[in-house]
Amino acid sequence: MKNKILMCGNEACGEGAMLAGCTFYAGYPITPQNELTAYMAKRMYETSGVFIQAESELAAINMVFGAACAGARAMTSSSSPGISLKQEGISYMAGCELPCVIVNMQRGGPGLGNIAPSQGDYFQAVKGGGHGDYKLIVLAPASAQELMDYTQFAFELADKYRNPVMILGDGLLGQMMEPVSIPAAKDEPRIFEKPWALTGCRGRKPNIIRSLILAEGALEEHNKRLQEKFKLITQSEVKSEALNIKDSDIVLVAYGSVARIARASMEMARAKGLKVGLIRPVTVWPFPDKTIEDACVSAKKFLVVEMSAGQMVEDVRLAVNGRVPVEFYGRMGGGIPSEEEILSRIEATSRL
Amino acid sequence: MKNTKKAVKKTGKISAGHSKDTAFESGLAFARPESLREAENHYCAGCGHGIIHRLICEVIDEFKIREKVIAVAPVGCAVIAYDYWDFDVAEAAHGRTPAVATGIKRVRPGSIVFTYQGDGDLAAIGTAEIIHTANRGENITVIFVNNGVYGMTGGQMAPTTLAGQKTSTTIHGRSLRREGYPLKVLEMLAVLPGTKYLERVSVHSSHEVLRAKRAIKKAFQMQIENKGFSMVEVLSMCPTYWGMPPIQAADRIKNEVSTFYPLGVIKSC
Repeated sequence: MKNKILMCGNEACGEGAMLAGCTFYAGYPITPQNELTAYMAKRMYETSGVFIQAESELAAINMVFGAACAGARAMTSSSSPGISLKQEGISYMAGCELPCVIVNMQRGGPGLGNIAPSQGDYFQAVKGGGHGDYKLIVLAPASAQELMDYTQFAFELADKYRNPVMILGDGLLGQMMEPVSIPAAKDEPRIFEKPWALTGCRGRKPNIIRSLILAEGALEEHNKRLQEKFKLITQSEVKSEALNIKDSDIVLVAYGSVARIARASMEMARAKGLKVGLIRPVTVWPFPDKTIEDACVSAKKFLVVEMSAGQMVEDVRLAVNGRVPVEFYGRMGGGIPSEEEILSRIEATSRL
Repeated sequence: MKNTKKAVKKTGKISAGHSKDTAFESGLAFARPESLREAENHYCAGCGHGIIHRLICEVIDEFKIREKVIAVAPVGCAVIAYDYWDFDVAEAAHGRTPAVATGIKRVRPGSIVFTYQGDGDLAAIGTAEIIHTANRGENITVIFVNNGVYGMTGGQMAPTTLAGQKTSTTIHGRSLRREGYPLKVLEMLAVLPGTKYLERVSVHSSHEVLRAKRAIKKAFQMQIENKGFSMVEVLSMCPTYWGMPPIQAADRIKNEVSTFYPLGVIKSC
C-alpha cells in the first residue's frame, strides 16, 4: 500500500532521506534547492532529529562531518557554488572514510552563474572536486520519485562503503512537481554497525577519526586500501538503463533530466523509422562502461546530450574507445534542450 | 610510610609503561593522568601545549568523564593531540573544529565535547565557525591556545601576533598600519548572549598553571551542567618562533603578552 502525493523533487529527496533514517541535516540557503532545506527543517522538527541552518557551506559540511563521526546518518544539500565550498569537507570525509549524503541540485555556472538547471558540475562530482585521490559514489536520478528512492538508497551505499555519496540533480528536477509514491508503512532502514564511530570510549579503546597519516609509507597504504574499495564499488554498484540498444544505429547517452527529454526524442525518431536507442547512466560514478561497450556491437554512432559544454561525453569516449564516432550536443548556462532540438540532431547525425 | 612505599612502587610502574593509576587517585603530583597516554613528546622545549594537554587530562580524570569525552583536534602544532589523549578524538579541517564539535554534540548530547584550537585555527581561518558556534550557544567547551604565531608552518604572523612582533611574515615586526590589530577573541565573543563562561589564563608560571587548571575545570563544569558555551583562552609560550630561551619566553608572557591580553574571567553567567 502506497500513498501517492504531489511533491517537488527537492521535497521528494528530503523524504527519501527520512525513509533512510537520516537524523541530521545541516544546510545553507541557495536556489534552486531551498525547498529541500525547508522540508528537512520541518521533518527534523517532527521527528526530533537535528536540523541546523549553518553559517556557511563550509560549516554545514563540517557539521555533517561531526555528525557522521558520531555515527548518525547525516545529509547536506546545496547547489553548484555551494557545492564548490563543500569540497574541502568532502575530501576530508572521503579521507576519513565517513559516510554521508550530499545533494547537488546543479545550476548554471561558472561563478555565480544563474539559478536555471545545468549539468556543468559533472566533472566536479565524478572526477574529484576536492584534493587528493578519492571518489564519490554519484547517483543521477531523473524524476521526483527517483530522487526519493535513490536518496534513500544513497544512505545505504554510504554506510556500506563508508564513503560520501552524492545525489547529482539539477534545478529542473528539484523544482518540478510530480506524483510520488511513498510507502505507507515505513520499512525499518538497514542498520550498519559502526564500531569506528566516536561514542565515548566506554568498554573499548579510544577511536580516532583523522585523515592526517604521517608515518613513512602509511599514507600510500591508506590510499591503496581506498583504491581497493573504489574498485569494489566499480564492480558492484554500477546502475544504468538501456533502451532499444540491440537494433540501434544511433545510441543516445544522457543522464538525469536530460535522459527524459532524450527518451522522448528517441521515440519521435523511432516513429520516423530511425533506429535510435538510449543509454542512461543512473550511477555516473561508477560509470556504466560495460553497457556502453556492449552497445558498440550494433551502434554506428553515439550521440551524447548534456546540459554542459561536454563533460560526460569524455567518459563515453573512454568506454567507446574509438570503435565508433561519438558526437555531442549540449546546452549551457541554463539552456534546456527540447525534444525537437535533440531529434533534429539525431536526424543530422543519421544523414552523415 | 605505607602510602609512600605504594607511591614509589607506582612511580616505578609508570616508567615501565602501562599504569592505570591516576594523579587524582594516587595523590602523586606528577603521576600521569589516566587520560594522558604515555607517548614521546613531539613539542619543542618550553612549549606550552604539553602543560595544557595535561591540565585537560587532569580535569577529565577528576570529573571521571574520560569515557564520555569526544575531543576535536585542530590543524596546527596540536594536530596529533590524539597521540597524547586516551579518549575519542576527531581531527577537523583547519578552523572547522567548532562546526565538527557542533555536529558531534548535537548527535550525542550526553557526551562531553571539547575543541582544542590554536590562534590560526580559531582566530583566522575559523573565525566564522567560532563566532557562530558561540552564538548558537552550543553546549561545548573550547580550549583556545594563543601563542601568537603559526608554529607548525614555521612561525608566520597570527591574528593574535602583538604589534612589533617579528615573525617569518613580519620580518621587521607586525605593523598595525599594514597588518592590522591583534585580535582579542574573548572580548569579541563576550558580547554574544550565547557565551556563558569565558576566561583568559596563562601557563607561564606554576601559579598561573594552577589558575589555568581551575579555569579549564570550570569550563568543563559548565558543559556538564548544560549551561552552554564555555571557552578558556590559554596564553602559551612558543620559544622556537619567538626566538628566545624558554625562561625568557615565560617572562615575555608575564611582562608583555598578558598586558595586551589581560588574564582573568572575561564573562561568567
